[in-house]
Amino acid sequence: MKETQTQAHSTNFASTNRTDLWWIEPMATGFGFLCFVVYTTWAMFQAGYYYAAPYLSPLYSPTLMIDPTAAGSAPLGTAWFGAWPGWWPKFLPPSPAMLVLIGPLSFRLTCYYYRKFYYRSFFATPPACAVTALPQKDYKGETHLLLFQNIHRYCLYIAIVYILILTCDVFRAFFKDGQFGVGVGTVVLYINVLLLSKYTFGCHALRHLLGGRTDCFSCANGKEHLGYSLWQKVTHLNENHMFWAWVSMIWVGFTDLYVRMVSMGIWHDFNTWRH
Amino acid sequence: MAERTFRVWRGDKTGGKFAEYKVDVGKGWVVLDVIHRIQATQASDLACRWNCKAGKCGSCSMEINGKPRLSCLTRMNSFKEDEVVTIQPLKTFPIMKDLVTDVSWNYTQNKRIAPFKPGPRPKDGQYRMYQRDVERSQEFRKCIECYLCQNVCHVLRDQDKKDKFVGPRFMIRLASLEMHPLDTEDRIEKVMNEYGSGLCNITKCCTDVCPEHIHITDNAIIPLKERVVDRFFDPIAIILHKIFGKKKS
Ligand code: SF4
Ligand code: SF4
Ligand code: FES
Ligand code: FES
Repeated sequence: MKETQTQAHSTNFASTNRTDLWWIEPMATGFGFLCFVVYTTWAMFQAGYYYAAPYLSPLYSPTLMIDPTAAGSAPLGTAWFGAWPGWWPKFLPPSPAMLVLIGPLSFRLTCYYYRKFYYRSFFATPPACAVTALPQKDYKGETHLLLFQNIHRYCLYIAIVYILILTCDVFRAFFKDGQFGVGVGTVVLYINVLLLSKYTFGCHALRHLLGGRTDCFSCANGKEHLGYSLWQKVTHLNENHMFWAWVSMIWVGFTDLYVRMVSMGIWHDFNTWRH
Repeated sequence: MAERTFRVWRGDKTGGKFAEYKVDVGKGWVVLDVIHRIQATQASDLACRWNCKAGKCGSCSMEINGKPRLSCLTRMNSFKEDEVVTIQPLKTFPIMKDLVTDVSWNYTQNKRIAPFKPGPRPKDGQYRMYQRDVERSQEFRKCIECYLCQNVCHVLRDQDKKDKFVGPRFMIRLASLEMHPLDTEDRIEKVMNEYGSGLCNITKCCTDVCPEHIHITDNAIIPLKERVVDRFFDPIAIILHKIFGKKKS
């Protein structure tokens, strides 16, 4: 019998006796998310090629204001508040995406799933299960500075408005110059709304608000109330919330890329309009 | 039978060492079988807590190759043939001897929670509940108190916040009481201020290790956090609560 002097557990950062590849998940998710952030930031600063009639990139929707001189911009008539203002600082590109991305961004940043992922990947609290967390003098969790996470349900309300707006965009993507038709872009935009809905309507806060908040689904009259069936539906989506979070995020990026490529004339959009 | 190598931590609260044992492992063995064989043939003083050997009593929790597991449910064929298997006690609780830890802190937390308090009985003396109404609480009743979730929770394990957070096992107990259709007690204020729901950062390790597959984070902790938001952070919900003044959120 061979013996070595040691403690039962190390308290050093990232120490563990796990023998599996525990670091792959936080690395891969962290890297994947960073790729998305880099792409969207780049796309946002382009301030052009976000429209290829009749498709509007989801990153630029709704077009609150439009600079009609930019290449690949949406028609001025579709802007909610008209042309881009002259006083806009020169160092910021006249990009509609700048005004709208904050909504979806705040929704995702305060999402319970994203919180799990970035606390693990970027804050190492903990990097993975049974792997020693980054040492903190006085760990505060989601109290104090992180209390703002509690606004998530308000971000959800905004996200639902975006779903409605993007649904209108899909509707518009069926009409080119007033003529009904379908293109690959229409399908791409449609899938985008579908995936975003699966993500948004599986939200934990929604699950609570629609039914989870009650202690009894049928005490009022012995019958199952509407909240129960809604709660069940949200629960069903919620079980795969992480999956929908990722596929919807990747597809948003792809949708922007698709519209961008078509708008720049690099990709050809197959459609029934034949032009 | 194949000879396999095990590193088992031996010691008490003052310190100790890993001891290496070679054991002939039989077909269908679990890690607890190995420990019993070591006790029978090489180290009769090796301490280990166990009871049912069926994953139901929650006694045999330990860390096997770094993962918090029930040793009676960890099959030897889940490891590679030549893999050295490291066996440690739980990290979060004080070591008594070898693989046995003192988990009594958990019982103290349990006592802090106001027990089930049903309202008055209906006229015919019979409480009635529908299955769909107790289903949520029933999931949490599957808990076997193995404390693997308490052990893996970094708030207790690494951040040393046992004085501020009761841990996932008691968050599910709180959720099962709060969601119970007959219960009248209101524990939401304490969920935030005394039991420390805000300390949990929903990183889900408790859910990952639970041998009963209870959705601790999704079905208990997040719903409790949302009830705390209702009560303290959502201005609309606060106003509604003031107007309708329900006993529970
Ligand atoms: S989800 Fe919360 S309670 Fe569960 S292990 Fe993580 S921090 Fe602890
Ligand atoms: S919730 Fe699961 S992991 Fe935690 S004590 Fe109960 S059975 Fe064990
Ligand atoms: S919890 Fe993920 S969107 Fe609300
Ligand atoms: S001995 Fe009972 S759970 Fe393992």
